[in-house]
Amino acid sequence: MRLDDLNCIRCGLCLAVCPTYREILSETASPRGRAALARKGLEGELELSPNLFEQMYACFDCLACNDICPVGIRPADLAVEMRAVQEQLRPAAWKKTLFGGLIPKPRRMEFATLPLRLYEKLGLRRLVYALGLRNLLPRQLRDMESMLPHLPQRPLRQALPEITEANGKTRYRVGFFLGCAQSLLFAEESAATLRVLARNGCTVVTPKATVCCGMPALGYGRSDLAQEQARHNIELFERAQVEVNVTDCATCGSTLKDYGHLLADDNKWAARAAAFSSRVRDVSEFLMSIPLEKPQGRVEARVTYHDPCHLRRGQGVWQQPRALLQMIDGLEFVELPEADWCCGSAGSQLITHYETSLKVLKRKTDNLASTQADYIASGCPGCQMQLNLGVRRQGLDVQVVHPIALLDRAYRQESEVSRLRRNQEISHSTAKRKNDG
Amino acid sequence: MDKNILAQLEKITGKDGVLSTPEDLAVYSYDGTFAEHRPDAVVLPRTTGQVSQIVRLAARERIPVVTRGMGSGLAAASVPFQGGIALTMTRMNRILEIDEANAAAHVEAGVVTADLQAAVEKLGLFYPPDPASIRHSTIGGNIACNAGGPRCLKYGVTGDYVLGLTVVLADGRILHTGGKCIKDVVGYDLKALFTGSEGTLGVITEALLRLTARPEFARTALVEFPSVEDASQTVNTILRAGVVPAALELMDETAIACIEAAMHLGLPLDVEAILLIETDGSDEAAVLREMEAVAEICRARGARQVKVAADETERASLWRARRSLSPSLARKAPNKLGEDITVPRSAIAETVRRLKAISAKRGLPIVIYGHAGDGNLHPTLLFDKRDPGQWAKVEQMAAEEFALALELGGTLSGEHGVGTLKRPYMAQALGPVSIEIQKRIKAALDPLNILNPGKVFPD
Ligand SMILES: Cc1cc2nc3c(=O)[nH]c(=O)nc-3n(C[C@H](O)[C@H](O)[C@H](O)COP(=O)(O)OP(=O)(O)OC[C@H]3O[C@@H](n4cnc5c(N)ncnc54)[C@H](O)[C@@H]3O)c2cc1C
Ligand code: SF4
Ligand code: SF4
Repeated sequence: MRLDDLNCIRCGLCLAVCPTYREILSETASPRGRAALARKGLEGELELSPNLFEQMYACFDCLACNDICPVGIRPADLAVEMRAVQEQLRPAAWKKTLFGGLIPKPRRMEFATLPLRLYEKLGLRRLVYALGLRNLLPRQLRDMESMLPHLPQRPLRQALPEITEANGKTRYRVGFFLGCAQSLLFAEESAATLRVLARNGCTVVTPKATVCCGMPALGYGRSDLAQEQARHNIELFERAQVEVNVTDCATCGSTLKDYGHLLADDNKWAARAAAFSSRVRDVSEFLMSIPLEKPQGRVEARVTYHDPCHLRRGQGVWQQPRALLQMIDGLEFVELPEADWCCGSAGSQLITHYETSLKVLKRKTDNLASTQADYIASGCPGCQMQLNLGVRRQGLDVQVVHPIALLDRAYRQESEVSRLRRNQEISHSTAKRKNDG
Repeated sequence: MDKNILAQLEKITGKDGVLSTPEDLAVYSYDGTFAEHRPDAVVLPRTTGQVSQIVRLAARERIPVVTRGMGSGLAAASVPFQGGIALTMTRMNRILEIDEANAAAHVEAGVVTADLQAAVEKLGLFYPPDPASIRHSTIGGNIACNAGGPRCLKYGVTGDYVLGLTVVLADGRILHTGGKCIKDVVGYDLKALFTGSEGTLGVITEALLRLTARPEFARTALVEFPSVEDASQTVNTILRAGVVPAALELMDETAIACIEAAMHLGLPLDVEAILLIETDGSDEAAVLREMEAVAEICRARGARQVKVAADETERASLWRARRSLSPSLARKAPNKLGEDITVPRSAIAETVRRLKAISAKRGLPIVIYGHAGDGNLHPTLLFDKRDPGQWAKVEQMAAEEFALALELGGTLSGEHGVGTLKRPYMAQALGPVSIEIQKRIKAALDPLNILNPGKVFPD
């Protein structure tokens, strides 16, 4: 823990940007409040009570307070570190099962890392019990289930080839870190990412034995488990011998970029971890750093963009996804008001802090409605699930997509267009346009 | 707090409106200063009616009621030193009406000032008061402290925009004062009495605020001065030249360095001071002309460079930086004490000079910045409270700063208020007659002394 982070001067600037404060409107739910509780708890003025730690879990880890604090206090980091303090005081056995127990069996890992998917394995009720929530509302269960996209037959990780060859000459050798949620829930989108990379001269290596990036374990105070996961993943990517490590999950990306920091005190691993992290790129960040081929196809739609917290503030990536979308002909880009305000997903907040999560989401979908967009793009599975729920709750006619999926569509459209042309020339038969939806 | 009373409070506000865990009480023990004391309960009302019932209950039980907005205050005015109820207004945050025809907004006291500004600006209207805490303070808190800000130079302070108030009095009765009329001389001006009263005379629950037309154009310049003396002299020259900038802010080299460390804007680190100057209005040519006039004066007075913000983004980030200034100073030292002395404009340069002398004499840094155009400076002492030697110096230096302000015909505080931090200097600033009258006003309105007891007046 950085002791400096305890030195909050209580100016209150961070209250303005905190999504939980702005909904609950009580100091207890604010970054300044969390920083004060951490300090008073650690200095012994307050008991390190379950309620004190609960305030740390009530933080959405959106990083907005870190960003605004003029003093350089990082209340978001403090909240996460306090969860680790609680683990040291009162280790909870279920966390090991949840976040780390399955490491030696990477294939089963698919079902272990993402809390939302756990009900497949543990049963939602048991998970909820483990998280300490006794009175889950029936409509909350319904909301949670409705958030989940259709499951693929099998996770993408198992369907993908280890090596995806570049279309044409290989210009870059890229490692692809396939996140658990992407693999399980947004397989089609990650497949699109691979197509787009290949199209732009990347030969992509997807190490299949990767395990969870470690974010869930970190979020629940188990940096020890996250470190194990980090070492495992680093080793795999070293073996793959790639120039960059690309991911299309904002959360994974921010965690992978932090491996250097996570293992900084581990003599054997510090340098390797730092080297690994320095090669990590979000897919939009990577694509905008190479001469990206402009798609000839069109996407006729009004599109807006939501900044995932862990992409914009976690990685400083916000221009690239916008620029990428604006490369697509026909696409009308509209800026979302408060685009970088948290959507309320924050991993598993919908399970653990349902009411607040929905309120934060409402602010997002109200802003979304004002754009009259057909699509909202966002490169984070957590955000996408949450936005899907919001769209449904508010009855909006908006589709939630990964920005790369739109780019992929523009590329594929162009081959579609040319095939159509050819068909028309050959037979004048009416070729049916493939439904993109 | 007594279980029975908590239960009665919960009956008034609903269960979620009363907080009383040790964690809740701990985070309601502070404001924007280092002072601390826990309340016995935190109550978050949603209507004027609830506030009235809460105060009535408190009066019956003789429980102190310390009203609180967002706790951004810099005078420890909302710290409940005698315990009691922290009556927190943040959930009364509805904008009830924006009356375009009468250019007035009717709001609840817990509305965040920036939210009100955004709402009225959508309609082409303007609510000018802009404390640096605009995004993290409430209208109620602004009125209770009569908050100012950079734009007050041209547009006036919060109190100049209060048309009417709804106030819950110390016995729970509800007072409506003022209205949508711009002129009103019937009876005493009670809204002026509650403005700046720091929660000691009543609980402001609603306000009717005056709006103006939004100036369509604004230009902001960052002016670099190799010498802080030249910068402070320039302030006067500009004001005497008949230009009224919307804002005229001064910051010295330490202030610049701290902001730069926090925001990375590329501010000059090799000058003694910068002035941040804004001109605004509805006629673009006039705005530009004024800016040109200002720039010319600055150059003639020793400015090294006058940089006008190229676009709205650049302009916004300059002002965002200005709003982060005060907290960013904490990067330099573990503790800071920011004062708020205000002097007549003609004395600005001399004040700056003598503040520097105090700092040199005592050997502790004083950072100087503030709303120079108003004569309102925030000399900020940087120190380490753990060092008893330094703390003793800080207390002496603060007293010297106050004495200096009074000697030059100024006042202890231009906008932060008295709270508890400036209480010891009140007698010196106001004299016995004024204090006695004010104490009688307090006694008339709050005979049981339950509203924010122990604040403002010396015992
Ligand atoms: C970084 C920073 C910058 C600042 N910049 C400025 C500035 O430029 N100009 C300026 O004037 N101030 C400034 N301040 C001081 C502070 O923000 C203002 O005094 C503000 O008006 C306080 O509002 P609040 O809602 O936070 O009130 P609080 O701090 O909660 O309360 C302040 C006082 O008002 C009383 N009060 C609050 N609400 C009510 C109500 N509804 N009815 C009756 N009494 C009430 C409280 O009892 C207390 O006495 C700054 C503070 C910070 C931390
Ligand atoms: S965390 Fe930073 S921004 Fe928030 S109150 Fe503390 S010093 Fe101010
Ligand atoms: S990380 Fe986000 S939710 Fe957590 S305290 Fe900071 S601003 Fe609030």
